[in-house]
Amino acid sequence: MKRYVAGEKHAVAFTLNGRERQGWCEPRMLLSDFLRQQLGATGTHVGCEHGVCGACTVLINDEPARACLTLAVQAEGARVDTVEGLHDGAGGLNDLQQAFRRHHALQCGFCTSGILMSCEAFLRHTPCPDEKQVREMLSGHLCRCTGYAGIVKAILEVAASRREASHA
Amino acid sequence: MDGADGGWCVKPPVFDYLRVDTVDEAVELLAKYGEDARVLAGGQSLLPMLNMRLAQPRVLIDITRCAGLDRISAGGALEVGAAVTQAALERRGTLQAESPLLARALPHISHFQVRSRGTVCGSIAHAEPSAELPLVLAALNGSVSLRSRKGRRELGAGAFFTGMLATARRADELVEAVRFPLAGQGERQGFSEFSLRHGDFAVVALAASVTPARIRLAVGGVDDRPRVVEWPRLSGSALDDGLNELAWSLDARNDPHASARQRRQLVRRLGRELIGVLCA
Repeated sequence: MKRYVAGEKHAVAFTLNGRERQGWCEPRMLLSDFLRQQLGATGTHVGCEHGVCGACTVLINDEPARACLTLAVQAEGARVDTVEGLHDGAGGLNDLQQAFRRHHALQCGFCTSGILMSCEAFLRHTPCPDEKQVREMLSGHLCRCTGYAGIVKAILEVAASRREASHA
Repeated sequence: MDGADGGWCVKPPVFDYLRVDTVDEAVELLAKYGEDARVLAGGQSLLPMLNMRLAQPRVLIDITRCAGLDRISAGGALEVGAAVTQAALERRGTLQAESPLLARALPHISHFQVRSRGTVCGSIAHAEPSAELPLVLAALNGSVSLRSRKGRRELGAGAFFTGMLATARRADELVEAVRFPLAGQGERQGFSEFSLRHGDFAVVALAASVTPARIRLAVGGVDDRPRVVEWPRLSGSALDDGLNELAWSLDARNDPHASARQRRQLVRRLGRELIGVLCA
């Protein structure tokens, strides 16, 4: 058993976007705050802080998770992936991010990092989604700018192109 | 956000966080701390309550790394351990054959991004009156396996749910597993839900099981806990009368999502549709 005493700072370490990172926090610190304040990973945004808006969605061991509904201490030893880890291998945007840009799938961008992380997990589980499935997945995110149409188009396009690439 | 004092803003109240490796350790701690402890699994109900400070436990006991709690097994019933996520059960390849009702109901639980963390047992232990899993457990006459330092006991869904967010779990007990009876030969099951948007709290949710001999119907979202009725194979005006009586027997309330009257009407209309399809 491991005990993290209230009010004291404890070391918490996990693999963030492929790199070992460590910080210090009280047991009650949320993963969203830990990422931003302790590790300086401010790509993960904090909106409602009770699991509704989806802005803080990250991947923990490849599964989507609300960082605001996860304690930093729960992530000890895990693999955490955030929007900072998305790239094309040469420092540029990955295919999903490029499609979001092409389809105007973001305006203010506040919700985008969470949506991108959800999409990465969703497309792994559902490589051939139809529009209804995409919209159901997106129901876990609030975007007040786009009306979602561009987001849906971008996701469907990337699903198709990744399928083609995997058959090539 | 940085706090005004240069420190950090933190939403939840203070607590000790204890990560246990075995169920024995978990029940030892529950025996010691009782009401002051809350069990943490997926945290998808508990963390919002902590963030809003509706719950202020002294200790959290994280059971997700206990060996064996992440197991799903199908003997006479589908047994789901305390650390099994809703997503893991949803992705089980044989679920549709084992429990068509669970297969239908699971996609209605909150969102993809929450089911990936939220646990089956956690939702049942939380006993939110509009939640899908307590409703399904009640409709199937399933049971809850409770473990304390003193031993184990098994409670049927009808005895387990005692009110809004209230169960018969004692403060020193862990919900170790839940059991959903497997669908029988010739049994048909169905699920129907009305909510303002997909993933929102159900205004009314219905779960039904029909065999050649009887109809079993459970209603969620209306009363303070899932309510279950069992009828012979009613049809026509006898079914309408049964549904009307059921609707009026529930303690329906007005809230910002729907009036009591709308809820009663949804019980009648969705009940009629659902049973009509299952008895066809």
